[in-house]
Amino acid sequence: MKKLIAVLFLVTVITGTVVAQDFMQIKGSDTLINLVQRLAEVYMEENPNIAIAVTGGGSGVGIASLIADRVQIANASREMKDKEKDAAKENGVIPYEIVVGIDGLSVVVNAANGVESLTVDQIGRIFRGEISNWKDVGGSDMPISLYGRQANSGTYAFFQEFVLLKKDYSQKMKRMNGNAQIIEGVLADKAAIGYVGIGYVYDDNHEVREGLTVLKVAKEAGATPVTPLVAENVKSGSYPIARALYQYVNGKPTGAVKDFITFELGPKGQKIVEEMSFYPVSGPYLEQNKKAGF
Amino acid sequence: MQNRKHKNKAVILRQLRENIIERFFQVNGLFAVIVLVGIFSLLLIEGLPALQSLGLKEFFLNRIWDPTSFERESYGLLSMIVSTLMVTLGAMVIAVPLGILCAAYIADIAKPRVREIIKPVIEILAGIPSVVIGFMGIIVVGPMLAKIFGTSNGLNAMNGSILLAVMSLPTIISISEDAILAVPQEFKNASLALGATRWQTLVRVTIPAAMSGIIASVMLGMGRAIGETMTVLMATGNAPAMPGGFFDSVRTMTATIAIELGETVQGGIHYKSLFVIGFVLFLMTFVVNLVSDVVLQKYQKVSR
Repeated sequence: MKKLIAVLFLVTVITGTVVAQDFMQIKGSDTLINLVQRLAEVYMEENPNIAIAVTGGGSGVGIASLIADRVQIANASREMKDKEKDAAKENGVIPYEIVVGIDGLSVVVNAANGVESLTVDQIGRIFRGEISNWKDVGGSDMPISLYGRQANSGTYAFFQEFVLLKKDYSQKMKRMNGNAQIIEGVLADKAAIGYVGIGYVYDDNHEVREGLTVLKVAKEAGATPVTPLVAENVKSGSYPIARALYQYVNGKPTGAVKDFITFELGPKGQKIVEEMSFYPVSGPYLEQNKKAGF
Repeated sequence: MQNRKHKNKAVILRQLRENIIERFFQVNGLFAVIVLVGIFSLLLIEGLPALQSLGLKEFFLNRIWDPTSFERESYGLLSMIVSTLMVTLGAMVIAVPLGILCAAYIADIAKPRVREIIKPVIEILAGIPSVVIGFMGIIVVGPMLAKIFGTSNGLNAMNGSILLAVMSLPTIISISEDAILAVPQEFKNASLALGATRWQTLVRVTIPAAMSGIIASVMLGMGRAIGETMTVLMATGNAPAMPGGFFDSVRTMTATIAIELGETVQGGIHYKSLFVIGFVLFLMTFVVNLVSDVVLQKYQKVSR
């Protein structure tokens, strides 16, 4: 009998603590997943009573989950579309937007390729399929093989909007599962070109992965090509395809969600953003975050 | 009198029990049918609105699938149907001869000890998860194909075919082997007694006699290949363009559903058109099974 009481006591204590623990689910962008996972790990070390689960699936999937109110935070590497905002309103979800970092969206080629820089217009035409041979952009005579993401990806949508100017991707572009798969594909393919979040072009020692060239990108023909590897270029906006990395929450954040986002945007969080090879929030985005209460 | 009443009661009770048990088995037997009809109607109900609002023409004459386009949303299934068929048929071209020969070897030629090693190995092959096979496609088969054929990468239909062949081999081998083993010894003895060599007996008597089982095994293997998702999703590059050959990247029907279902707005036209893909895929596997049934029955009649 005593034993039974002891067991019962133990069970209540354990379940009690589980219930008392705050559980947060974060889902979405493949570009953001490593970064947010790292942020969550460090945060959980400091706040052991809060459990955070970070999963991927793509920005579209994360936003869809937020609309369905299945997650507390959605990671997105693109802005929410109007269609999605309407769907959220219908479901009684009020999305608040927070910028957690800046990404210099990197266009990568195989190092054996030799091409070092392109204009935004050239990149757009390459991914639309209008330029299909490297010799037309100053490379050697070989057909270009395109590596991109799938339609659920925020990077896919951002790139389509701002580089392809809302035109269709070439139907011949290989639709890869994530940033890491694009890098693997480009490393193995001499004729490849792909696009990834800048956090993915580095190895563990924070050097650009061997065999990979991160292209310098020029705003237009005649302009100086700029590399995203230098923080200043991305911050100042001289790198033409920089973008904000977003988190969306339902309603003005409170409680643990608010605490976690405050941590992300604070000095410790922003240092992790830099460690993961993205760039800290700056300029007008700081103002934007203030509107959400940070 | 009292006694008889008791007896009647016992008989009735027993009958009732028998009835209940019978019904129970009947329900179990019908379960598969109910599930099948349920799936069929679900696909139809979810897919029909898309078919109605976009029209058959959009689905079956348009060559482009691009439901998230800013310019023009396209819902053409043609290229993915061709891709699925290409990858599947390619797999069969590799797996059928290999599978039948392997089955004949195990059933008819191999020594018992060799057989005892090969059989479990094949069963283990059947148990490898498709993700692992897809992974092999990315890191082993792809680079190998690129090197052999001088293409810049190996994420193409050929890669998918090879992987699917590996995946359907265990099905083809084990069912074919059973069929070959089931051929009566008398057939072989008669053939040998007439002066045929062992090779002639195997090729002209044993395998033809086992043909119905072998065809069934091929059809089952094909069903596995058509429906396989993860492997092709990982290894074929997923370019939605109409493939021009086995060295082009392809995106199969299963891969398209798997990739896009997560992000679509539930109930939207894009979501519903994914059910149309599912429905067409369902019809394709249905036809494969139907054809195999017809072939099987014809063959059985002839061999009798």
